[in-house]
Amino acid sequence: MFRYIKSALNIFVLLTVLTGLIYPAAILFVSQTAFSNRANGSLVSIGNKTVGSSLLAQSFQGDQWFQPRPSAVGYSGTTSGPSNLALSNPALSAQIKKLSETYRRQNSLSPSTAVPADAVTESGSGLDPNISLINAELQAPRVAKARSLNLGVVESLIKNATSSSPSYLFGTKTVNVVILNLDLMKLRVR
Amino acid sequence: MTTSALAGLAILILTLVVTAPLLGRYIYRVYSDEHQSRETKLNKVERRLLTWLGVDPNSEQTWKAYAISLIAFSMVSVLFLYLLQRVQNHLPLNPSHLTSVSPALAINTAISFVTNTNWQNYAGESTMTALTQTIGLAVQNFVSAAVGLSVAVALTRGITRHRSGTIGNFWVDLLRSTTRILIPMSALVAIAMVSQGVIDNLTLTKCISTISGGHQCIPGGLVASQEAIKELGTNGGGYFNANSIHPFENPNYITNFIEIYAILIIPFSLPFAFGKFAGRRREGITIFVVMMLMWATSSLLLLHFETSTNQTSLIKADKIVSISGGKVLPEGQDLRISTPSCAIFAASTTSTSTGAVNCALDSLDPAASGVALFDMMLGEVSPGGVGSGLYGILIFAILAVFVSGLMIGRTPEYLGKKIQGAEMKLITIYLLISPAAIMILSAIAVMVKTSKGAIGNPGPQGLSEIIYSFVSTGNNNGSALGGLSSNTDFYNITQAINMVIGRFGLMIPALALAGALAAKQPVPQGTGTFSTDKPLFASILIATIVLVVGLTYFPVLSLGPIVAHLNLAR
Repeated sequence: MFRYIKSALNIFVLLTVLTGLIYPAAILFVSQTAFSNRANGSLVSIGNKTVGSSLLAQSFQGDQWFQPRPSAVGYSGTTSGPSNLALSNPALSAQIKKLSETYRRQNSLSPSTAVPADAVTESGSGLDPNISLINAELQAPRVAKARSLNLGVVESLIKNATSSSPSYLFGTKTVNVVILNLDLMKLRVR
Repeated sequence: MTTSALAGLAILILTLVVTAPLLGRYIYRVYSDEHQSRETKLNKVERRLLTWLGVDPNSEQTWKAYAISLIAFSMVSVLFLYLLQRVQNHLPLNPSHLTSVSPALAINTAISFVTNTNWQNYAGESTMTALTQTIGLAVQNFVSAAVGLSVAVALTRGITRHRSGTIGNFWVDLLRSTTRILIPMSALVAIAMVSQGVIDNLTLTKCISTISGGHQCIPGGLVASQEAIKELGTNGGGYFNANSIHPFENPNYITNFIEIYAILIIPFSLPFAFGKFAGRRREGITIFVVMMLMWATSSLLLLHFETSTNQTSLIKADKIVSISGGKVLPEGQDLRISTPSCAIFAASTTSTSTGAVNCALDSLDPAASGVALFDMMLGEVSPGGVGSGLYGILIFAILAVFVSGLMIGRTPEYLGKKIQGAEMKLITIYLLISPAAIMILSAIAVMVKTSKGAIGNPGPQGLSEIIYSFVSTGNNNGSALGGLSSNTDFYNITQAINMVIGRFGLMIPALALAGALAAKQPVPQGTGTFSTDKPLFASILIATIVLVVGLTYFPVLSLGPIVAHLNLAR
């Protein structure tokens, strides 16, 4: 038995060096050399000040900002995850009802207006940076008013932040709310 | 179900059908005696390295020596990973000052990663330091998959060798699996991932002032290198709590597609390697077709339940317009990851032994998560985990041959090897030990008050959460209905026991079977030989797998997901 333990220890050390040190170091080297922006979190900045990642939703307070999808964990970035509420759970229906009312009130929509599903459901990561196009369009008049901007200007920024990926590769069409708000901010800075 | 979703599925299948045979051929060469005895540079280096480490690269092992080596290696792995978690607060790469992991959780996690389960009772970003993740968890992502590959190759040798007392050398198989298959493939996938936005840095945590003046900490770490082997090794343990829903693990549709492909490619290529070993291509193709049919069926069922069923009542009641034109509420989903891909991802992870998720399974239609549960109950053979899928389906194939042999009154044989009492005893142990552990532990969990308190959703869904956790750990999957708060002493310990039984309780009989079959002299094929490379055998094999599982688990399926689905439909 001792012989086996000894071989096990030796091989374990070898494999730990190969897969736990050399392999990740090599990947880190290539990542930082060839894709440094992406490997470091696709950071976005204003001037030379980093203000977030285009891949992570942040909290935006006030009518002048487009709102990201609701999050079950907040937007602090130190944690992530979904609500895990089941469709059969009354707590989910109650939460959707409440979020729908808030959304209608915020955007001055009549009670009969349908709200987009992504605006009233919590995302999977809690950090979903995207919203649907219809969600962005419903928020646009509010943002334009709060910023005293022409609706057309805001809509062109929405268009700029929209990207679509091929649906035959399970892609979707989404608006990046971080990029959108960043563009709004830059409008003011300029 | 939309046309574009079906097109996506078709493209995925096509990619697999084209590349799996090529990889299968390469994998055969990695393990075949003929190729490894050649005097290539790599072979020489490998032999010298092994000799230096005290392992004779040319010696072969009996099944017992092979099994003891495997257990010794796994024990060393568990011990190291346990200690690493316990002392991580004193080690470098810990800028957030994470504490030592509690004993029960550390045992659960160590066993979980060593057994290729990757069940996680913790949130990665707030529990494990970058060092623990990289030199502990990620290493096990590699070697636990390599152990699985080794056992699959050993059983293949057992079936295809004649009158042999040995089934290969565990140390050689382990090293080759890691260095010649898993590391090169992971490197390719990791670079592809990082080019799309999966992070890989040593900045660790960067706290900043946000666009509107708020505060946010952007997580860092060596994620891409771990993410690649997480999928390729059918592990599934996420760097972050949100797993493959986290934008830093799965930033766009390209990484999403790569992840699904990476989960499936090695398990689907192994039948082709098996066919090469047997010298009969069609035997391998038959196994591949069975795996493919079962996986595709599961994908279609999940697509159906997830994109065309019962969420309309919720949507109508609150006047909600769905965003994708379907009837789905994206609760627990991120928008860049489409609902159809979530269904196919779930089918792929639970049909292999990958515990990853790209949407919250607890918030799916109960029938959809029920299909995921059933996939795991099948014992993960469609196509199954890296290695474990192949040896699992070969065991079912031998069972199918045995059952057919009884029906036509002939001595059953598989690839010329007679299947007799001794082999059937091992197969019975293999098939019963894990379901027995799962059922007993689930029953205890449902009866004990404190463990019931961990349920996150009321009603039948709550029962599903408990059953799902034990089926997942017992089959070394790691997928979870996330509502269950199972970081308690009760779950940490019972799940650990379940994972050990589900891994070694199956591997040891599989190796014993390899030894028994290797020793046999094949019988010549005659006109009465039942051929195992025809559609008839493929159908019998599928029926055997589904019946064995159906009879074991149907009662509990009907109390959990089936009731929950019918309730929602009312």
